[in-house]
Amino acid sequence: MHISPVLWQFLVKWLDASALFPQEASTIAPYTDALYFFLLLITIVGLVLVGALIFGFAIRYRKERNPVATQVEGSTLLEATWTIIPLALFLICFVWGALLYFRIFNPPTNAMNIYVVGKQWMWKAEHPGGQHEINNLHVPTGRPVQLTMISQDVFHSYSIPAFRVKREVIPGRYSTVWFEATKPGTYHIFCTQYCGTKHSGMIGEVTVMSPDDYKAWTESSTSGMSLAQNGERLFASMGCNACHSGGAAARGPNLAGVYGSKLRLANGSDVVVNEAYLRDAILNPSQHVTAGFAPIMPTYQGQISEEGLIDLVEYLKSLKTNYRVQQTLTTSESNQAAPMTPGVVKP
Amino acid sequence: MSATSSTIVNLPDQRTATLPKKNYINAEDGILSWLLTADHKRIGILYLITITFFFLIGGIFAGLIRLELLTPQPDLVASDTYNKLFTLHGIVMIFLFLVPSVPATLGNFLIPIMIGAKDLAFPKINLLSWYLAVIGGSFTLATMVLGGVDTGWTFTTPLSTHYLNTHVVTAGLGVFILGFSSIFTGLNIIVTVHRLRAPGMTWFRMPLFVWAHYAASIMMVLGTPVLAIAITLVALERTLHIGVFDPALGGDPLLFQHLFWFYSHPAVYIMILPGFGVISEVISTFSRKRVFGYTAVAFSSVAIAVFGFLVWEHHMFIMGVSNYSALVFSLLTMLVAVPSAIKIFNWSFTLQKGSITFETPMMYALAFIGLFTIGGLTGIFLGSLGMDVHLTETYFIVAHFHYVMVGGMLMAYLAGLHFWWPKMTGRMYPEAVSKLSAVVSFIGFNLTFMPQFILGYLGMPRRYHAYPAEFQVLNVLSTAGATVLGVGFLMPAIYLVWSLKYGKIAGNNPWQATGLEWQIQSPPLTENFVESPVIDYEAYDYEWLAHKTEQEVTTVG
Repeated sequence: MHISPVLWQFLVKWLDASALFPQEASTIAPYTDALYFFLLLITIVGLVLVGALIFGFAIRYRKERNPVATQVEGSTLLEATWTIIPLALFLICFVWGALLYFRIFNPPTNAMNIYVVGKQWMWKAEHPGGQHEINNLHVPTGRPVQLTMISQDVFHSYSIPAFRVKREVIPGRYSTVWFEATKPGTYHIFCTQYCGTKHSGMIGEVTVMSPDDYKAWTESSTSGMSLAQNGERLFASMGCNACHSGGAAARGPNLAGVYGSKLRLANGSDVVVNEAYLRDAILNPSQHVTAGFAPIMPTYQGQISEEGLIDLVEYLKSLKTNYRVQQTLTTSESNQAAPMTPGVVKP
Repeated sequence: MSATSSTIVNLPDQRTATLPKKNYINAEDGILSWLLTADHKRIGILYLITITFFFLIGGIFAGLIRLELLTPQPDLVASDTYNKLFTLHGIVMIFLFLVPSVPATLGNFLIPIMIGAKDLAFPKINLLSWYLAVIGGSFTLATMVLGGVDTGWTFTTPLSTHYLNTHVVTAGLGVFILGFSSIFTGLNIIVTVHRLRAPGMTWFRMPLFVWAHYAASIMMVLGTPVLAIAITLVALERTLHIGVFDPALGGDPLLFQHLFWFYSHPAVYIMILPGFGVISEVISTFSRKRVFGYTAVAFSSVAIAVFGFLVWEHHMFIMGVSNYSALVFSLLTMLVAVPSAIKIFNWSFTLQKGSITFETPMMYALAFIGLFTIGGLTGIFLGSLGMDVHLTETYFIVAHFHYVMVGGMLMAYLAGLHFWWPKMTGRMYPEAVSKLSAVVSFIGFNLTFMPQFILGYLGMPRRYHAYPAEFQVLNVLSTAGATVLGVGFLMPAIYLVWSLKYGKIAGNNPWQATGLEWQIQSPPLTENFVESPVIDYEAYDYEWLAHKTEQEVTTVG
């Protein structure tokens, strides 16, 4: 059978211009697609079965062929069959889907973390090295990447169809998603949760690069300060170090090494310190008082942006010793002292 | 030309046929006699007019949405306008058309007759619920006139509470009032079924239409108050900043999702269950056969009503809920799919050994079975946790929902409307043109929504005003399908009105159906029955009917 070359070209162009199946560009994508084809198979088999029953009976028992109906009560055996077989199939779908879900939402421990802040109507990405991007995300192939995401205003949702991952970006709460890109190229980022006027403009591109290209990109586009370095500056300029100095008489708890540790709170509960806890403790300190300390920390709600909070959190995550905190404190105190009238004795 | 061999239509001799001298339509004259009526049949007709009007409005919005999506660029309307279009399409179609569609029109009209009662238990509350629907509808119309609302029909916070300056409170008030209309209808049906069954009408002699409505009514009464609470809190948060949902004020934005879906998931069953009821009646009548496994079909409606309340979190799988609670809700979602599968097979096997004819209601009912199977099975995709991550919030959801609600519910509604049209009006609809409309709707529907499944898997997000160019071909197909579908829906509106004057006189029982409603005159008397009926036969007892007809012939002849 020959297809006319003109028609062939037309078909190729048409298929090329109008995608029918998304690209697979992450390690998760083949797993999702496998489940998709299984579900598709169930759907087609189910539909063919129901279609065959209906058309078969409609033809066989139409009035012309079967003028008088035979009354049937039902059949427990048949009904049990079409209760149990669908139930079994649905349970397979449940288990398969659950395994995939846990794969998608449990990041590997060695994942590289990138922060994403959503706001009406743009996506801001903050790399640990201090690279900032808007409506774009550069990632390397072959390395798990975790996105820690938060919204500055309303619900958004971060979707990368080519990776088959998506997660709601929620105001006031970190949510995470991870992927490992496999194929260099650019892919769509969509906001899939309706978020107001320019919802359909809240789109972007994820650029997947080979590890070498990615390294070149990180070096060429850094702002010179990492997130943690920004955070250190904020820590000093907001006066956090005055109480959280790590000294024995300090009014606030020692923060060096606090990330990842287990903390006893004043209300008797125990928490593991993670990103979300650090963020909440800055914004809503009275609910997060460490045991043994007075609830004197003021709230920083409304005084610090989500990006600032991310900087602080990254700084605290990296804080292993209070040496620099105290140095900064001493420097700033002596700087303050300098313009004072000479001869006054410092307390 | 009355009945040919391939139909069961059994019309009186058209030269001598007349409508009954006394019936509910000509019992009283004047507009007030309709506006102040307590007759469930007249209220059903009032509802029919109201929801047809709103269906037209919702349909126009849908048409404009599809027209905008013909091209990838945002060129027909502005972004804000587009957002208002899909919001109002959703609010109008769900709260003003789908929720009241079958229960408030056909259910209202038929349930008292089917169980042998004179009216619903609370006729005046029934009228009140229509007025509430009209008032709620007026608030929705006012929202449109004042400049619209763009929250999406889901009223998602904090978008709806802090970030929009459109008429959220007006629209919310409309939904709040419509909720009460729905609660009153549900309450009325529950009490009627419990208290007003005729002597001999035991629970298991009730038509499955009544069972389905009973199950849906329980959901209306238990679920709708939660919607009212959610909407009230949105209004209070918006006006008084009480801080229930806004994280900046110490609220929890996910709480709204829980409250909203606690109603809105059961709501899809509220919408579809009465449709199931219609399909059971229609399939049985046109196969001349008792519904296969009556008890299983009856109890599967109740099972859906129970499990339907326990699956709401499957709308929130990617919203950062606990992975383990997601497991539970996914499992329950799979379980709730089983009763629907049972129904599909029971209906299919009702055809077996029947004596089947293909009048318009049957055409719609068969279309329903096919489309609802697709709608139901694609629901399994979405209930399967890992698959949901990729598919949720895309056009796959849009297509799935429309397969259930339009391919399922609307087809069932049209099946029911054609089936009981002779009873409601005393006249037949024109058969040939209505069959054509069923076929046109079926083709148009599939062409509209099948491409949307593919778009969804490609990742096209829903509620997008503009989209990447590679999605255009599929969108063009969808818009073309919507045009065909529009024609398919417009046809019944025209020929049904035409038939009011020119349709053939139907007689009592043109379908030779077994339901109690077919044993009385069409259109019925205001009091439905001349004397209170005593029921001594099972539902769908075609032998009883044959015997009865035989006797009548002997007596009259």
